Amino acid sequence: MSGPVTPAQTRSYFRRLARYYAWFTVCFALFLGALGILENEGMPRQWIGHLYMFATIVLYAIIGVVSRTSNVSEYYVAGRRVPALFNGMATAADWISAASFISLAGTLYLHGFDALAYVMGWTGGYCLVALLIAPYLRRFAQYTIPDFLAARYGGDGAAAGTTRRGNQVRALAVGATIVVSFTYVVAQIYAVGLIASRFTGVDFSVGIFLGLASILVCSFLGGMRAITWTQVAQYIIILVAFLIPTMWLSMKFAGNPVPQVAYGSVLPKLAQREAQLAADPREAEVRAAFRARADEYGARLAGLPQSWQAGKLDAQRRLDAARGRSAPLGEVRAAERALLDYPRTADEAARTWNELRAANLARAQPPEPHAEPFPGATRAESDIRRNNFLALVFCLMFGTAALPHILMRAYTTPSVHDTRVSVFWTLFFILLIYLTMPALAVLAKFDIYTALVGTRFDALPTWVSYWANVDKANPLIGIVDVNGDGIVQLAEIAIDGDVLTLATPEIGGLPYVISGLVAAGGLAAALSTADGLLLAISNALSHDIYFKIVDPGASTQKRVTISKLLLLGVAFIAAYVASQKPADILSLVGAAFSLAGSAMFPALVAGVFWKRANFAGAITGMATGFIICLYYMLHTNPMLGGSTDALWFHIAPISAGVFGVPAGALALVATSLLTAPPPRTSGALVDHIRAPE
Amino acid sequence: MPTETFRTSDPDHAGGHARIVAARAAHWARTRRLIALLLALWLATSFCTVFFARDLAHLSVFGWPLSFYLAAQGASLTYLAIIGGFAWRMRILDRDFARRLEEAP
Repeated sequence: MSGPVTPAQTRSYFRRLARYYAWFTVCFALFLGALGILENEGMPRQWIGHLYMFATIVLYAIIGVVSRTSNVSEYYVAGRRVPALFNGMATAADWISAASFISLAGTLYLHGFDALAYVMGWTGGYCLVALLIAPYLRRFAQYTIPDFLAARYGGDGAAAGTTRRGNQVRALAVGATIVVSFTYVVAQIYAVGLIASRFTGVDFSVGIFLGLASILVCSFLGGMRAITWTQVAQYIIILVAFLIPTMWLSMKFAGNPVPQVAYGSVLPKLAQREAQLAADPREAEVRAAFRARADEYGARLAGLPQSWQAGKLDAQRRLDAARGRSAPLGEVRAAERALLDYPRTADEAARTWNELRAANLARAQPPEPHAEPFPGATRAESDIRRNNFLALVFCLMFGTAALPHILMRAYTTPSVHDTRVSVFWTLFFILLIYLTMPALAVLAKFDIYTALVGTRFDALPTWVSYWANVDKANPLIGIVDVNGDGIVQLAEIAIDGDVLTLATPEIGGLPYVISGLVAAGGLAAALSTADGLLLAISNALSHDIYFKIVDPGASTQKRVTISKLLLLGVAFIAAYVASQKPADILSLVGAAFSLAGSAMFPALVAGVFWKRANFAGAITGMATGFIICLYYMLHTNPMLGGSTDALWFHIAPISAGVFGVPAGALALVATSLLTAPPPRTSGALVDHIRAPE
Repeated sequence: MPTETFRTSDPDHAGGHARIVAARAAHWARTRRLIALLLALWLATSFCTVFFARDLAHLSVFGWPLSFYLAAQGASLTYLAIIGGFAWRMRILDRDFARRLEEAP
């Protein structure tokens, strides 16, 4: 199976794969066409949702069964023979998570220029991957990232069996891998549950376990080999699902089916409309209403704790009054709920009211111009936003270059050259989506600002009412006639970023088949990322902990079996955690990039580029980076019990890596210089991975 | 030079070995220079796009304010070019290295 492959074999393998995926794309198009016809014939929406869910999950399962394997090299690194183009596609699918696919367009819609930090950071990171890390990992040709760190810093791990030092580095790297990947995978599985429940009407936890089943069939049976071929198929679905509705919108508003080019002509029109809305007196009326509400909360906050007492009595009185005059059941229920939801203590009241006050204040602001960089009342305020933008870009880039499930893919290509080309294709395929995201945001914004704003409340488009009712607990879109004039004002629309991608087909007036397709795309994005992450975690546990530390004599058969069992275990734990809807973990996902960058990036790069870097340096560097990063996040993120007063240089907690990465690098350099140079074997390893093949 | 005959019969011989080491060192020096150059380009792209965004906002290309265009597309396309350029140049450097080993000194 593995071993040297001749160029002719590689070429014929590539052609065969290309043929398979061309067939797959044709079949997928036929499937779409058939569903379109069925919808025309009157098939209910629910069924279309079920069909998509069922068909794609069966597809992934089939690929998983076909590529099942128990060979170590196939299981861990897909036999190291994935052609660069396909490896790039698979990495792109690995990369495009539920957050990218579903939330990024919405984030761009809501935050305008500021959100472009995500586009820049998530693409620029690949420069670091390509230039500094991936080719050397491929030259090193082992199985996991901790493998590399342990061999480089642990000394002669390969020659004299694993050493104690190697194991320490390994354990630290495994710890960082697990912390980073686990928060990330929980978010993916959570997204699977959300999409499944929104589109097929099944319960949230049932959705989670359906998605889990497809992840498991695939990764459990075939490891890296199966997930690679599944991810290529998933990428095709993601791409089709994203491009069709966006191209449609682009055709509608700009008369040009290439959204990346077309939206330039919409931007000036959008800016004009924004200026118009900012000056509109009715908009001002609505904003004043929100400001009044915010002031009311402000007054209550000032009157604590008496105001809490008074409010509680008031709620109780209202309930009694409603019961006393035997008001309609609905009214009594509402009063009961108001009392139940009332903050239990004065402290809780302070927290809730502060949040509500901030939310109302935010809605009292006039819309920010979409394309203007860093608007701010003063130059200093604007500078803070610029610095935060820079910090976020920096963190996302270094985090990207240290995410284990992405770096792991450097091992799967046939040669070092293919690894470099594969990173090129990865970014190419990511850009096909990422360059379209800002276009979608602008086009959708233009549609909402011109078509939705100004309609009468009795003539709202159907997609608004549909999406407003999809998720009762956490409404995706809410429009309330605040000033009572019967006409929708921009300030009256509260939109959740997630709805944008999902509702685009309906905003553009496309049939429901396309909406289902977008959901299938979101599902594919979440599943593909979850596949890669679960494999990264279970490989870290089975290969690095079990095989390298606990039982180095294990047979290859036993290694793969252990790996599969661990995968199963990790997947169930992640699904269980996701089914608890943990808000604190979900808020940590953006932070995963900072953590990954702080803990791993300095050690990885110094491992290749600085021969003097030694064991003590690596340990202190990794620990310092991780601790500084975690400390800053815990200390400043209100969701995690910190306070924003503690910010350093006004840098937001999500960008903690801006302190963690330099701290880690500094600690690594200082400690390395203060302690003895590394043994000659690690210098030889560095020479080896630097040398061409 | 006797290295040629030694290399074919005994690749680990000191002379052949020294030649490989020298070729590797030269290759690594060129690689490092290339990486430094591309990293500088990467840093300049990222930093300037953001730092001077406000000053570039009033310039416009095909309807886009320049700073918005750069952040949304220009920077990312530059990154793609950097990675493509690296893969292309490294292939040439790798081939030069192989040729240098094959050639008689």
